[in-house]
Amino acid sequence: MDKLKPNIKLDIHNILKDLDKYQTKKRGWVWRKQGDVELRGFTYKQASPSLKNFVPLPSSSSLGGIDPQPDCVVTTEIASGRFEDDIRRMRMAAYHGADHVMVIRTAGQSHFDGLLEGTPQGVGGIPVTRKQLRAQRRALDLIEEEVGRPINYHSYVSGVAGPEIAVLFTEEGVNGAHQDPQYNVLYRNINMIRSFVDAAESKKVLAYANMAQIDGAHNANATARDAWKVMPELLVQHAINSVFSEKIGIKPENIALSTVPPAASPTPDLKLNLPYAVALREFFDKYKMRAQMNTKYMDSSTREATVTHVLNLLVSRLTSADIQSTITPDEGRNVPWHIYNIEALDTAKQALVGMDDILSMLELKNDGYLYNKKREIQERAVLMMEEIIEMGGYFKAVEAGMFVDSGEYPERNGDGISREIDGGVGKNSVIARDEDYMAPVTAHYGYNNIEQYSLGGNQNPSDLIDGSTFEKPEKIQFIDELDETDNVYLRLEETDKYRNSKWLKPEVEWLADGTVTVDLFFPIEQKIAQEAAILVGKNMNLRDIEVIHKEVLHPSEGTRVQIKGKVDFDIDISTLKLPEEVETLSEEEVISYVKKNPIKVIAGTGGSDEHSVGIREVLDIKHGGVEKFGIKYTYLGTSVPIEKFIDAAIEMDAQCIMMSTIISHDDVHYKNMEKLHNYAIEKGVRDKLILLAGGTQVTPEIARKYKMDQGFGRGTKGIQIASFLVKQHKAMKAHED
Amino acid sequence: MKERNDDFEKRREHIKKMSDSELKSYFYELSEKLVDPLLDLGYKYTSKSVERSVLLRMGFSSVEAKAIVDILNEHNLLRKGAGHCVYKVAADKNLSIRDSGIKISEGDFIDYLLEVFNKNG
Repeated sequence: MDKLKPNIKLDIHNILKDLDKYQTKKRGWVWRKQGDVELRGFTYKQASPSLKNFVPLPSSSSLGGIDPQPDCVVTTEIASGRFEDDIRRMRMAAYHGADHVMVIRTAGQSHFDGLLEGTPQGVGGIPVTRKQLRAQRRALDLIEEEVGRPINYHSYVSGVAGPEIAVLFTEEGVNGAHQDPQYNVLYRNINMIRSFVDAAESKKVLAYANMAQIDGAHNANATARDAWKVMPELLVQHAINSVFSEKIGIKPENIALSTVPPAASPTPDLKLNLPYAVALREFFDKYKMRAQMNTKYMDSSTREATVTHVLNLLVSRLTSADIQSTITPDEGRNVPWHIYNIEALDTAKQALVGMDDILSMLELKNDGYLYNKKREIQERAVLMMEEIIEMGGYFKAVEAGMFVDSGEYPERNGDGISREIDGGVGKNSVIARDEDYMAPVTAHYGYNNIEQYSLGGNQNPSDLIDGSTFEKPEKIQFIDELDETDNVYLRLEETDKYRNSKWLKPEVEWLADGTVTVDLFFPIEQKIAQEAAILVGKNMNLRDIEVIHKEVLHPSEGTRVQIKGKVDFDIDISTLKLPEEVETLSEEEVISYVKKNPIKVIAGTGGSDEHSVGIREVLDIKHGGVEKFGIKYTYLGTSVPIEKFIDAAIEMDAQCIMMSTIISHDDVHYKNMEKLHNYAIEKGVRDKLILLAGGTQVTPEIARKYKMDQGFGRGTKGIQIASFLVKQHKAMKAHED
Repeated sequence: MKERNDDFEKRREHIKKMSDSELKSYFYELSEKLVDPLLDLGYKYTSKSVERSVLLRMGFSSVEAKAIVDILNEHNLLRKGAGHCVYKVAADKNLSIRDSGIKISEGDFIDYLLEVFNKNG
């Protein structure tokens, strides 16, 4: 398949074409290259090389377009229910720095006894199937080449089909997985014996594939009433899964602890979270840290969530993070939208890069509060383990309700999650292996009597069948679709009108979903404001209106309300009049040219026009105006007579006139442009002067029609004018020479 | 669990004198004690999902694997290993692995498997 080009959309049909024959070369987890990075005179210490194609942070436009990348792998979680739309989001996310794409599974998949196939639509995630995995992996193989950095693909090995999913992931080049039997037991009520038997096999497969494994401990603080009180238990849960995994054969460097700072401001965030982060990293220093962001204390405010997440990133930088996960700031109100995946990634990038090398300037104390609290958490965890063993082991303890109790161990509030040893989904479903039990495959855990077929202990059991799918991927059986009424082809047909055509619709998650948000303020109490907002939506002809956020500014003086709704109309791109693109030079290029070839500008608002805000914006250094690039200007003020511009230019030996003209009544702006041009001719200086007109009603086409060298409209930046000046000045000089 | 107050100070008597590294070693000692019985379970038992995962690796689709495991489970043959049953029929009846599995899923060779395995115990 052709390489992706930044200016061309990824074609989903190409991804689906001949998918049955596609076999990725990917297997195993990839860490970022790490080391010092020099960019625009800055040295980044906790960094990795920049990407080949990327979108930098917004402020980067004033910093030479640099896009420094932090050292840790950065995760984005994507799953809107339609994998074909998720692929586009993955590409956008990769441009913003994601190299770990986690796919959430559809609700209910963990209770499905077996694998799903085809491409049915999901709810709150996608049904993870071979076809979807292969399509997404294929897309990521192209995207990683486009951005120039490997992308880790990731999903979940849980539920009652864990071992099969682990095999599927290995075959399809998935690089990382959540695997933690405790998650099954506590949160999915899957029988505990079954969960551990399945987990052993799953982990053996993950170990073979060199996948990174992430545990599920963080769910305890998302579930417990006061999240910070489960900190001792979190250490216990991490230990159970990590030690279990390592003993099965997963390398410690592939075992990642999913850790979330349990508390969030307005608690004293760092006083609760930092000792815990230190306690954890000290006990588990041979494993990796997957730092997740807090979801427990998220409401519908994306601003509040972002601040919580930045504090989480501070904890990551003050301790460590090998994988920095991101939570979209809209997760508290809906299944994440495109824009919020990107916001979360940018938040992580901005904060991590901003706190680069922070520990070279300060250090965490080894005494006092931080030390004492850290030690206390560790001791409480040790005591909890002692009691679990006294109770008769893990299963007995779960049965007694030891886990996810809201009391800080050893305090117990009697509200823990309790599961019966012989209860739950898949109870009584494990089978004892007989003495002649045998499985002729690679990466099988446990008792396996291959000696009865004269294979020695160090031979691979799959030699008996001339290799398993792990060695011979051509043996893999690909199923395309099982459901004629629910698959990607039908969905693509429905939205075909909007794919690479002239039709366009706004979108938050699915192509042409038509969803928009409206942000409103009403000077009134919340209850009324909410209903008023819905009425605004109705009058704007929105469908399916919902309030997604409200915030009291004052109980009676005002309320902010955000609503979402759908628009019903299509936009015909071919009817849109696009503003002319002004090609800009880099800041460095402009500065170095102006240094050698000084350019002077005469500026002011022309005729009877007192509107000076716009022109100050493009002149002053403070606003990024032309002065910033070394261009000297003389500002004549407002309502400058047209002749005065030319006379001043001659007197000051200026090369350019910038005339602002806002008022357009009676076409006075056109008339002034022509007048300026004619007077310059009259004075015999037209060919020595660059004449520019600007204003909200000015377009480049109109300005040129009325004899200006160029016109600049609304939203013009200093760099655009400066770039034009440099190019024009060069051309004039060449002409003179 | 029954409600109880925080008796941390009382409970920690025997560990409070441990150095940080002693505490950490003790933590791992306890962890191993906790997980060893769990590993043993995984070693000695199997499940329908484990067996289906074996069949996937042998080159069967998820639909085929499910059918094979279901019929073998009905006849209490998973204790021998689903892959084992498929391998045994293929070897003894001179079939390819895939043909053997498909035939088993259709109910063929079940009696044969019951016979040879019961003979061997």
